[in-house]
Amino acid sequence: MAVFNLFKDLFSKLSALFAAKKDLKLGLYGPPNAGKSTLANRICKDWLGEEMSTVSAIPHETREVIVKEKIEVKSKGKSLSFNLVDTPGIATKIDYEDFLKFKMNKDVAKERAKEATKGVIDAIKWLDDMDAVVVVLDSTINPYSQVNITIIGNLAARDIPVMIAANKTDLKKADISAIEAAFPQYPVVGMSAEKGVNMEEFYEQLFKVVKK
Amino acid sequence: MNLTLQFVPFNEINSLAPEKRINRLLDIVKKDKIVLLQGRLKPSEETWLIQKTMEQVTREFKGIELCTIYPEAKNEKMFAQMKGLVVKLLMGSREGLTIIGPANIIKEIKRNPDKIELLTNIRG
Repeated sequence: MAVFNLFKDLFSKLSALFAAKKDLKLGLYGPPNAGKSTLANRICKDWLGEEMSTVSAIPHETREVIVKEKIEVKSKGKSLSFNLVDTPGIATKIDYEDFLKFKMNKDVAKERAKEATKGVIDAIKWLDDMDAVVVVLDSTINPYSQVNITIIGNLAARDIPVMIAANKTDLKKADISAIEAAFPQYPVVGMSAEKGVNMEEFYEQLFKVVKK
Repeated sequence: MNLTLQFVPFNEINSLAPEKRINRLLDIVKKDKIVLLQGRLKPSEETWLIQKTMEQVTREFKGIELCTIYPEAKNEKMFAQMKGLVVKLLMGSREGLTIIGPANIIKEIKRNPDKIELLTNIRG
């Protein structure tokens, strides 16, 4: 019996050890074309030296959830390890005709639209698995959209830590204050993922949000 | 082309199971009507509405435009007022108004803190 208890104790300690080492999942969420994949690439380039997603000016370029495992970020002597989850943009409508404007042929546009709808569904399904989320918003666009409100409302209801990356601040029309005014409960970091502007502040804020 | 607005009282969907609630709203929207729902859905139901919409997108049904208006919208920032409504949010609420329209008719719902504009695709 003593041997049994010894094994039982050892097993529970090992289980606890592995549970504690469960990889943290950091999700990038937001509407299409906000720069989620550009930010994912920037983080990967900064810490792994390689990119993880393809980016383009055409909406819904990312149509499936992409995971890059074991990224270790260091800031001010601290380190943070996580699996980065790049998700398709969440939208309430998808019209294949919108893709025709980008000189796509009809069949390709229809296929892209079909994949995009599945991408939105997958992104929503993955919400439950996230340990923390960076909501990526295009700071040149009015932030008062229902998709933004729905995403952030859902994360709040699930008690998932959130920070907002106000992306594309290198563009003239960028207005970080509009995003701060719309979502005053959440930390907002203005940045340009494409140009790598203000990434240090982004990583510092990421530490604060994840360690909550 | 006529534009039809259908008012849905909160009581009419409140007793339904979440799936039936979402289906009921989507059924109206798919008949090219704009739903004016008294109150708002829970955040989880909003994402479910988006999910169900995406499952049903076809060449004819391109999705929805969605917008929720809160009663105190005139004087308070959106999330500041939401902070005080957390419980109501989690439970769904009869306060406010939710607009759900078919994307082939509603091009965009522009929301600023104190006004809503419905931009339609209707010509002529």
